Amino acid sequence: MSSPPAVAALKLTLGAAAIVALINAVTGTAIAWVLVRDRFRGKEVVNALIDLPFALPTIVAGLTLLVLYGPRSPVGIELAYKRTGILVALLFVTLPFVVRTVQPVLLELDREQEEAAASLGAGRVAIFRRIVFPNLFPAILSGVALAFARAIGEFGAVVLISGNIPYKTEVGSVYIFGQIESGDPAGAAAASVLLLVISLAVLLTIGGIRRWATRHDG
Amino acid sequence: MARLALRFSVLGYLALLLLVPVGMVFWRAFEHGLAPAWDAVTTPQARHAFWLTTLITLIAVPLNTVFGVIAALAIVRRPFRGKGIVNAIVDLPLALSPVVVGLALFALYGRNGWLGPWLSDHGIRVIFALPSMILATAFVSLPFVVREVVPVLREIGTEQEQAASTLGASPFQIFRRITLPAIRWAVAYGVVLTTARCLGEFGAVSVVSGRIEGRTETLTLHVQKSFESFDLVGAYSASVVLGLMAIGTLLLMTLFKPKEEAG
Repeated sequence: MSSPPAVAALKLTLGAAAIVALINAVTGTAIAWVLVRDRFRGKEVVNALIDLPFALPTIVAGLTLLVLYGPRSPVGIELAYKRTGILVALLFVTLPFVVRTVQPVLLELDREQEEAAASLGAGRVAIFRRIVFPNLFPAILSGVALAFARAIGEFGAVVLISGNIPYKTEVGSVYIFGQIESGDPAGAAAASVLLLVISLAVLLTIGGIRRWATRHDG
Repeated sequence: MARLALRFSVLGYLALLLLVPVGMVFWRAFEHGLAPAWDAVTTPQARHAFWLTTLITLIAVPLNTVFGVIAALAIVRRPFRGKGIVNAIVDLPLALSPVVVGLALFALYGRNGWLGPWLSDHGIRVIFALPSMILATAFVSLPFVVREVVPVLREIGTEQEQAASTLGASPFQIFRRITLPAIRWAVAYGVVLTTARCLGEFGAVSVVSGRIEGRTETLTLHVQKSFESFDLVGAYSASVVLGLMAIGTLLLMTLFKPKEEAG
């Protein structure tokens, strides 16, 4: 497991998952905000669309991204066989997590506090930072943890677009798959145990966040 | 102004990440007309892959539905030691890489696995055959029914069930007449999520199936193989079939979604 390609794959996996989780914290909150507070035609359709990454098989997700952002990309953006491609694939499959954890909290959030702050002269940014954000924070955190856990283990969406170049674009799950295929289950098992431990730690963290959040509800 | 800017950035992000790529696959599949796409999804291999995916789903979904309802009842209604651990284990497939799930099945049922020698002595083939593919699919789709039913069971409480019990109803009657009607929408939603996960399973099945064309190749594996052997129309067309199933799932999800989650 301490072989250089394994270490490189695990580092890449953790780094990519962390970046994707952070991006989701921002985009997921923004999407949830627009879905709850904004009003426009077709909002129901957009709301249903959020679940598409849960419904669509991951290999199809990877293929769809490859069609648009692969070699001879019709929009001129080539991400295939690059680390950016891995990020986009992970962003696709993890999209619903933060949205779906933040949305119900935002729906329940009482707007009286915000109106009171506004009448006292607080600006939009101050209201968001002082009132809305602290209320959403546990939900964002638990969504981010779910997205992180999913990104660490993702295989189907990444396997086509990443090109699986050792040291460069080979993520943990693809490395494990390669070890199994080449008849080295011991090497695969070692890397798997590490992924397993990280997943368990993330699960326990999510449980902790949930308990913490419910305690703060009173 | 800020509101419009936010709205259009969010819609633009969703378009670039979700809508345009998925639309492109549909367009590319039918680029040369309907006939090549139809031919690609009706080859013997594609038809077998479709049938195999359906068969595995039809076995795994009922298994996980029954297990899910029983597990949810146990978690909510029966205090027992190690409940926290059971709760975490039920969530494990969500956080675990499907490849690791495949490897675990390999370690247990494979040729050099714990049960491998015994199984091969008795002529039972699990790895590279249907049983391991069903096990892998059932494993990864395990949490959905449990996770949908648990909160509903918590919310409905036990008053009605206790009332029925004092009036002399048997446990089975209580379940059929009171508990089941209360949780049926949650079960339905969980079943839809489970089905979607089963139809789309790729990583775990990829490890344990051996990907033998016409024998252990599911629809998702067929997409990958077609793509890697440069049969692009085949890959895109099979993707469209899976994509249409996903859209069907989405429609059912909107239909069954618990009310408090609806935007």
